[in-house]
Amino acid sequence: MTSRALRTATALSAAALLLGAAACSSSGGSSDPLGAKSPTASSSGGSGKTVVVGSANFPENVLLASIYSQALKAKGVKVEEKFNIGSREVLYGQLESGALGVLPEYNGALLSYLDPKTTATGTQAVDAALLQKLPASLTVLDPSAAEDKDSLTVSQATADAKHLKSIADLAAAGQLTVGGPPEFKSRKEQQFKDVYGLTFKEWKPTGDTTANAIKDGTVDVGNVFTTDPKIVQLKLVTLADPKNLFSSQNVIPLVNKSAVDATTTATLNAVSGKLDTAGLTALMKRVAVDKDDPSAVAKDWLKANGLG
Amino acid sequence: MNWLGWLNTFFTDPARHSGPDAITHRIAEHLAFCGEALLWSVLLAVPLGLLIGYTGRGAVAVTALTGVARALPTLGLVTLTVLLAGVGGTAVLVPLVALAAPPLLVATVEGIRGTDPEVRDAARGIGLTHRQVLFGVCLPAALPTLVAGLRTATVQVIATATVAAYVGLGGLGRYVMDGLATKDFPATAGGALLVVLLAVAAQLLFAALLRYGLPPGLRAQRRAARRG
Amino acid sequence: MDGEPLVRWKWLGDHLGYLWSLTLDHAGLALLPVLIALLVALPLGLLCARLPRLYQPLAAVFNVVYALPSLAVFVVLIPYTGLATKATVMVPLTCYALAVLLPTTVEGLRSVPESVRQAATAMGYGPWRRLAAVELPAAVPYLISGLRVAAVSSISLAAVGALVGQGGLGYLFIDGFQRTFTTVILAGIVLVALLALATDLLLVLARRLLAPWAVREKGAAR
Repeated sequence: MTSRALRTATALSAAALLLGAAACSSSGGSSDPLGAKSPTASSSGGSGKTVVVGSANFPENVLLASIYSQALKAKGVKVEEKFNIGSREVLYGQLESGALGVLPEYNGALLSYLDPKTTATGTQAVDAALLQKLPASLTVLDPSAAEDKDSLTVSQATADAKHLKSIADLAAAGQLTVGGPPEFKSRKEQQFKDVYGLTFKEWKPTGDTTANAIKDGTVDVGNVFTTDPKIVQLKLVTLADPKNLFSSQNVIPLVNKSAVDATTTATLNAVSGKLDTAGLTALMKRVAVDKDDPSAVAKDWLKANGLG
Repeated sequence: MNWLGWLNTFFTDPARHSGPDAITHRIAEHLAFCGEALLWSVLLAVPLGLLIGYTGRGAVAVTALTGVARALPTLGLVTLTVLLAGVGGTAVLVPLVALAAPPLLVATVEGIRGTDPEVRDAARGIGLTHRQVLFGVCLPAALPTLVAGLRTATVQVIATATVAAYVGLGGLGRYVMDGLATKDFPATAGGALLVVLLAVAAQLLFAALLRYGLPPGLRAQRRAARRG
Repeated sequence: MDGEPLVRWKWLGDHLGYLWSLTLDHAGLALLPVLIALLVALPLGLLCARLPRLYQPLAAVFNVVYALPSLAVFVVLIPYTGLATKATVMVPLTCYALAVLLPTTVEGLRSVPESVRQAATAMGYGPWRRLAAVELPAAVPYLISGLRVAAVSSISLAAVGALVGQGGLGYLFIDGFQRTFTTVILAGIVLVALLALATDLLLVLARRLLAPWAVREKGAAR
């Protein structure tokens, strides 16, 4: 009985230790999946408040959030990173409730989300409308020059065959299937109808496979973000948007007022001041094509621009 | 958190009644994935299981392989297959077969090995060839275990096929994924309910099969086993 | 695939620390629920073994639970447990593990032949001592068998949590998919499989230590 009891005790304690170790490591703060060096993402120093930087579930947004987060850390702000959470529909509520403090957003898309009937175009008009439409607890900081727009993109073959140069040409091009993230339909269906008189035969939720789906012909046209390197890689053609349906899409920090102080605001504005479309596209190429870590790419950009 | 309200919204939405997002269409898509996966699983696992179970060789390899296969994450297999082979039926077929074939294989092997060795000897004794013993004696005796294994595989496949929606494919997972992306809780709740109903229906079907669809001799055996 | 190699070995070499921390994260996310489920399954199983009328409906409920698609359950739980929180993923995983462990616990506790139980009573064992000295040890092989299934499927299911922001190694699948980066996906698959295998081996070892008679008896691995 004694030796068996000993064996039992050994086995159980070994198992308990193992599980305990795993549990401890996993419950030690929220881990940043992109932090190649350290599993925890909070830094010390600065004011007592911790700013929670969140991001949507696509690589560019993760990159931007990483830029914000590291810029803030460089200025001594305590940061917690919650990346790759979901789409705006999911994130927005989290920001309002204060669970998230800062989100990288796109002013035009955000405005459409808040006011689907908006006709504001141009950065200034969009920002002004945003400040009106946002609830009292939220605000946007300075917009950057960098834009990443939704688009309607086709393959070179489709563009040639149907003589497509702009979205206006699509209405006459017959019954088309369109691809994009799952939320594309609910966001844009009405606007396509109102602005271009455009309806699609079928909406396929191709999500992250949209660019390839366009190339393979699974969909005729799709929503590929304009800074996506796949547009160049797969030789896709982005249709012009003369009526500005996709509006301006400047990268802009969306913040919960109670989460940010003067330092945070100044830091984020400094970042926005240096970010432009060409720069962002180059960064995205490093992330998506060269497979560099978004956090490393962000760090390099911040250093090159004197912000990190 | 209004469940009944959500389900009501989901089922009364006209978009669910016709068109590409209709409930019947999605169920059909879902069943098509599952059916195809199960068909391939049976074609792959059962013959192999019969061989291994009857000859007794390779049983250890089977256990090891099954353990590994059960550990493979479906989401990983789906994304990998799509990147390598493009979006399409294959993308979801490979992971689902990887999920369903191992338990089916194990069930077949165990069913055959579970045949009373005395019965096998007796059959050989009266002059039956190996093939006759396998298909005439062992296989029928193994049917309950096999069908039970198929039932487990079916339920797992039905539940896991929802992941196919992540790579843009259809099926009931579409309601769940789109619901998540657009914060449309009625869709998520409705999708989940439909999957559960489908799984329960499959289980009932198999239960009926086990009770009424077996050869009479086995039926008596099972009835005795249940009573005892 | 647009010239992307199947595996970028240098990336793997550079990111070992990152992969390791994700693996630990995943282990905690998947195995803690199994442990909790075990702690619940033992008393609950005991109750069910004594009261078959309780067990029947409970087993049916868990049957349904097991059929629920994990992604749907995660999503539905978000309003209650929050977004991208571990609870959202761990609560359903606990339920799934319990759905596997309860039947095996009951089966294990019932596996002791009535004659043996009566012999123990005849030797003067009270009910608690009988439980500790006879019924629980007899149930160990069944429990471990159930634990193996529960642990492996928990590890596999936890990856789906990446779709709601908490998936440990599952994040690798999403990242790899978004960036057309097969290396990352393969790394994730291999690590999940290795984690599952390691857990399985540990449990087999545990059974050998705790219930050596079972191994001798059965011969074939169960």
